[in-house]
Order: sequence, then structure tokens, then C-alpha cells
Amino acid sequence: MTAPHTGRRRALRGVFAFAGAAALVRTGLAQQTAEPRVIEMTAHRFAYEPNEIALRAGERVVVAIRSLDFVHGMNIPDLGMRLDLVPGRVTRLELQPKAPGTIDFVCDNFCGDGHEQMHGRFVVSASR
Amino acid sequence: MQRRDFIALTALGGGAVFASGLAGCATRADGMAAASDFYFVQLSDTHWGYQGPANPDAAVTLRKAVATVNALPTPPEFIVFTGDLTHTTDDPVERRRRLAEFKTIVADLKVKTVRFMPGEHDASLDRGAAYKEHFGETFYAFDHKGVHFIAVDNVSDPGAKIGDEQLAWLRADLARFDKQTPIVVLTHRPLFDLAPKWDWATRDGAQAIELLMPHANVTVFYGHIHQEHHQMTGHIAHHSAKSLIFPLPAPGSQPNRTPLPWDASAPYKGLGFREIEAEAAGNALKVTEFPVVRA
Repeated sequence: MTAPHTGRRRALRGVFAFAGAAALVRTGLAQQTAEPRVIEMTAHRFAYEPNEIALRAGERVVVAIRSLDFVHGMNIPDLGMRLDLVPGRVTRLELQPKAPGTIDFVCDNFCGDGHEQMHGRFVVSASR
Repeated sequence: MQRRDFIALTALGGGAVFASGLAGCATRADGMAAASDFYFVQLSDTHWGYQGPANPDAAVTLRKAVATVNALPTPPEFIVFTGDLTHTTDDPVERRRRLAEFKTIVADLKVKTVRFMPGEHDASLDRGAAYKEHFGETFYAFDHKGVHFIAVDNVSDPGAKIGDEQLAWLRADLARFDKQTPIVVLTHRPLFDLAPKWDWATRDGAQAIELLMPHANVTVFYGHIHQEHHQMTGHIAHHSAKSLIFPLPAPGSQPNRTPLPWDASAPYKGLGFREIEAEAAGNALKVTEFPVVRA
């Protein structure tokens, strides 16, 4: 059985969210106090823009997401978390990837004919 | 019904489900209805109204399936459609037109006991309003020859949630039955996390499974993923059905869940039994279809 991860999911609306799953951890006090890089993202039928975001391991970033037309979802199964992207709000997602890799995300609120194509990913490269 | 009839049916995209042997029911003395052999047919994901390259035959595929079911020498006792009767549209008028057309087409089924339930394409954009106008409630239960059937709606909420109200109803419904009563759950999305990266899950499906878990004989039939898939969550078996519109790739087998391309040389490839027929078709059916009703 695939272990249900519903219990690990967190609905985070319009708040500064920190992903505490295994792939993302705090890496040190100096980095904690530095201002995170802010990445603007929009969500609309049926895409995230951008839908591929390059990150570096250890880098703190805030993804500031604006939904333009629908309460899209942003489910990040690898992190056991999800967001509702409410139009009129900026939903902020703080990430600090620990290691290189790819983290997929997908809209999990059915939004119409094209919902199945609404997805994206964070591509994490090694730190400099 | 002969095995060859079953294979012929599934080659057009349906799943025939035998209920047989119903151990533990026929001899009960506690008032529970005695069970006897029967079978029903599950059709799923017809997506009436779809137009696209994944199925250039979409205008007639459903009608062909109806004809195939009608041609079975031994008619099933009832038929279930496990959602995505229609393909989604933003236009409420068009949505209702598609639902009405679908209803007209399936009215040609000779078997008149037909159970419906919505998929997200039917119900998520208006929380089931148009669907209810044509087919009634989106979740319900019924009994047939000692088997308790429960239709679970995990699509009217666009977030793929069953919801607290329906979960409370499910809890109360289950409480009426002996733990040994055979239970068949019909739903659209997988209740378990089959592939969350493809949105192939039910957000609160684990709660439904938890409610079902004390019952010894539970089988879930669902649709949504346009292919056969068989998985256990504890002792509960989950079987997905093929689609009648286009097949989708195996869970997680490629980056995106795009339809498999139409094969003009094999127009129904992937929609029915053909895909697994070469792999000892009868064995696969027996493994996935029989446990529910023989449990």
C-alpha cells in the first residue's frame, strides 16, 4: 500500500510557509538570517509561470504565488504539503532545498479542461 | 455467461465483475439477505463530448459499448458507470447538453438497472449541480443479493475531498452492517494515494479507508486513471477500470499524464481488454474481479 500522506499535508493560505520535510532543511544560522531570494510565480488555467524553477541546494527562497483566475492547488507530494492558491492573495512558500534533485508540483484542485497539464517542478542544483 | 463473452465485452472498454460464491453470506441466520451468484458490468470514463486526437472515434465509442453490453447472451443484473460520464466544459449549458446526450445514449441499454456516479469532469466545476439534475444524488448506497454497495463521491469537491458530511454518512451506513457483510465501494478517484504527482488520489481518502478497514470483505471499483490497476490497502482490494475514451499511461511511468496516442491500426487499443489479453487474459480478470464477490 502506498502510505497515505494526507496527514502530512498542510493547508497554507496566504502565509509564509516553511517546508520541513526531509528534502528541505534549515542549513545554518547565517543563512537563516539572510534575506531569501523571492521568486514570483503566477498560476492560471492551466499553467504555472514559470513552471520550472532553478534552485541551489542550501539556498533560501520564497516563492510568491498569485493565482489569476481560480483557487488552484499546489501539491508537492515529495514534501508532504500542499497549498490553495486563492485569487487576490499572494501565497508565499519558503523553501530551502538540502540536496540536488527535482521536486514536482501539481495542481490538485480540478480547474477545467487542461487541469491535467498544470504542473511544474523545482530543479535543485549543487550549491556553489 | 461464458468467459469468451466477458473478454469480448472488456475489449470495448468495460469491466465485467462477477459476484460469485459470497462466502459467509448464504448460510447466515441473523437476517442478512442470502446471497446468490450474479454479475454486474462496470463502465467508466466515457467522457462524452470529448473531441481530440486521442480518440477520433469518440462520437461512436460509447454507442458501440452499449451495443456490446446489449449483445451479451446473459445480461448483467445491473450496470454501473463510475464517473466522467462527460468531458468537462466551462459552459454550464454545454455541460447539461452533454449530460443529457449521454443519458439518451445509455438509455439504449437493455438492462434498465443502471447506477451512475460523477467524475471530476462531470461535477467539479459546479459542485455536482448539473449532474444532480440529470442523475440524482452523487453518493448513495444500495443492496443487491447480500452485497452492500456504496457509491462514494470524491469529485464534487474540486479538491478531491469526500468531505466531513459524506464521511459521517459513510460511517453511519457502515454501522448498519455486520463486519462480514460483503461490501463493494464504487467511486471515481482512487481512495488511496496511487500517484499524487498526477493528482491520482483522494485528499481524504485515507479516512474512508479507515472506516472500511474493520469490515472483512471490502472491494473498491473505481475509474479515473483510464486503465486497469489493482492494489491492496491492507485487506481491501482496489480495482480501476479502463476508459471508453482514451488510455492513460501507467502511474508514474512518464513525466506527465498525457493520453496515450490513438493507434489507427488498432482503434480500441488500450480501451479494453486487448492490452492485457496477451498476458493470459483470464488470469488477470480472475485475480482482480473475483475477490470482491467471493470474499
